[in-house]
Amino acid sequence: MSILAFIEQRNGQVRPVSREVLGEATRLAEKLGGPVVGVCVAASDPGLAGLGEAGATRVLLAKHEAFAQYDAAGYARAVVAAVEAVKPAVLLFGATAIGKDLAPRVAARLGVGLANDCTALSAEGGKLIATRPVFAGKANLKLAFPRIPAIASLRPRAFAAVTRNGSAAAVEPLAFAYDAQASRARVTRLAASAGGKADLTESEVIVSGGRGLKGPENFKVIEELAEALGATVGASRAVVDAGWRPHSDQVGQTGKTVSPKLYVAVGISGAIQHLAGMSSSRCIVAINKDPEAPIFKVADYGLVGDLFEVVPALTKAVKELNEKSG
Amino acid sequence: MLQVVCVKQVADTETRVKVAADGKSLDPAGVTWILNPYDEFALEQALSIREKQGSGEVVVISLGGAGVQSTLRSALAMGADRAIHVRADRPCDSLGVARALAAEIAPLKPDMVWLGRQAVDDDAAQVGPMLAELLELPGVTMVAHFELDGSKAVVEREIEGGREVVEVTLPALFTTDKGLNQPRYASLKGIMAAKKKPIDEKPAAPAEPVLEVVSLELPPPRGAGRIVGQGVAAIPDLIRALREEAKVI
Repeated sequence: MSILAFIEQRNGQVRPVSREVLGEATRLAEKLGGPVVGVCVAASDPGLAGLGEAGATRVLLAKHEAFAQYDAAGYARAVVAAVEAVKPAVLLFGATAIGKDLAPRVAARLGVGLANDCTALSAEGGKLIATRPVFAGKANLKLAFPRIPAIASLRPRAFAAVTRNGSAAAVEPLAFAYDAQASRARVTRLAASAGGKADLTESEVIVSGGRGLKGPENFKVIEELAEALGATVGASRAVVDAGWRPHSDQVGQTGKTVSPKLYVAVGISGAIQHLAGMSSSRCIVAINKDPEAPIFKVADYGLVGDLFEVVPALTKAVKELNEKSG
Repeated sequence: MLQVVCVKQVADTETRVKVAADGKSLDPAGVTWILNPYDEFALEQALSIREKQGSGEVVVISLGGAGVQSTLRSALAMGADRAIHVRADRPCDSLGVARALAAEIAPLKPDMVWLGRQAVDDDAAQVGPMLAELLELPGVTMVAHFELDGSKAVVEREIEGGREVVEVTLPALFTTDKGLNQPRYASLKGIMAAKKKPIDEKPAAPAEPVLEVVSLELPPPRGAGRIVGQGVAAIPDLIRALREEAKVI
């Protein structure tokens, strides 16, 4: 049996999460048996042969001009065609905007189970077990799959890519039927978000602001610290509900669940629904004037003080550090 | 225009999760049950479209045990016209839910089907796109902006670092993201009227599970951190800790 990995591309570029998916597929193949096969749906080859280094032995390419943009129905049919051709034991996706939309469609068409947004996979008795956070990370659910292929989507940044020396992946065309009638939802254009910033779920460093900022104009101090750290700006639910920041910035149970290397919470008291969304971060720093704030219970390092004094001083210190090491 | 809104009853987001004795599910003791917050955006959008058009019907549908009727009443109080309760006393996986809902929704031939982008309990985000496939409807997930132009909708969905603008010909299915609209509160008049609105209870067809729950576990608690210090004076210590202990900067 093989492991099939969905290779996500956008604008002719393979997305970083696809290398993480191939990395986990490679580790699973050692326990469940291989080979690792990729399937990519695109208008043209985004350099798939290079994925040999990331663990793929071959990659099937479903090519159609309509696939220059995401086309849910068309993508789903192409991936199902790949499953029929490869007959994998496991099918993996990245849990991205595309992956989380596509994987359930494929599961529904195949009549099999899907575990979305997994943070760990294991093989027990030759079968896949998927672990996924529920209640925005307040608990972990472990799932088994009575049918094959078992389908899972993997949370970005939760799995390591691998690097294999050696041969290129064989790129093979995938035969599939394109049904224009099925593809009645069409992406007409992409609108970049302000500043084309990285998505929170894909960020290594996040600086989030809360009510303690006192007003939307004061997020400038957060943005400056974020810039010095190479971080993405996040926000608590309170400030999103108040309209200070867009919903795409919200971290927590009705926003995004994030696992960066470093999470800096500024002026955020730490409501349970916020903590759920960020407590899997590797290192958490909290800056708050209230020493009793619940955020300090999950923070690795806490700093008690007035953020309007502390944050600009921290920004300055980080900049000095960057200059010294840069 | 007939619109169907799928809603789910979930534990309130302030819930402290405890695992039940079976080791596989949420301990329901002391839990406050609410209408899934993302479903409120779905319902609000359907209601505002009905109001703008001055006609049409909004049907809410939910799958679950007897308890979900209170959530359906909340949806009726917000303004839905009638409700369907697909009775299922055992939890079922996302595909089972999607199949049971599809069986009830398909004969209604709705112009639009609405769901929240995910339920805040299992965070699965699956039933919407599965239902789109089962109903053979074009579907757009995580809709953050919506405009209706005759039989065509122009919607935006958030993707990594931007937004996709998608054109869809109705009938179609949408899952809603926060930021799409501001859900209304039920008025007293709405709450009174909801008591007289019909809830049609139907049994869910038995489904063969495609997922098996092995366990539900609480994550290991984070090791207690420490307060580095007070105010600006503590910054050198913080920088040192981040560089030398945590090695993150």
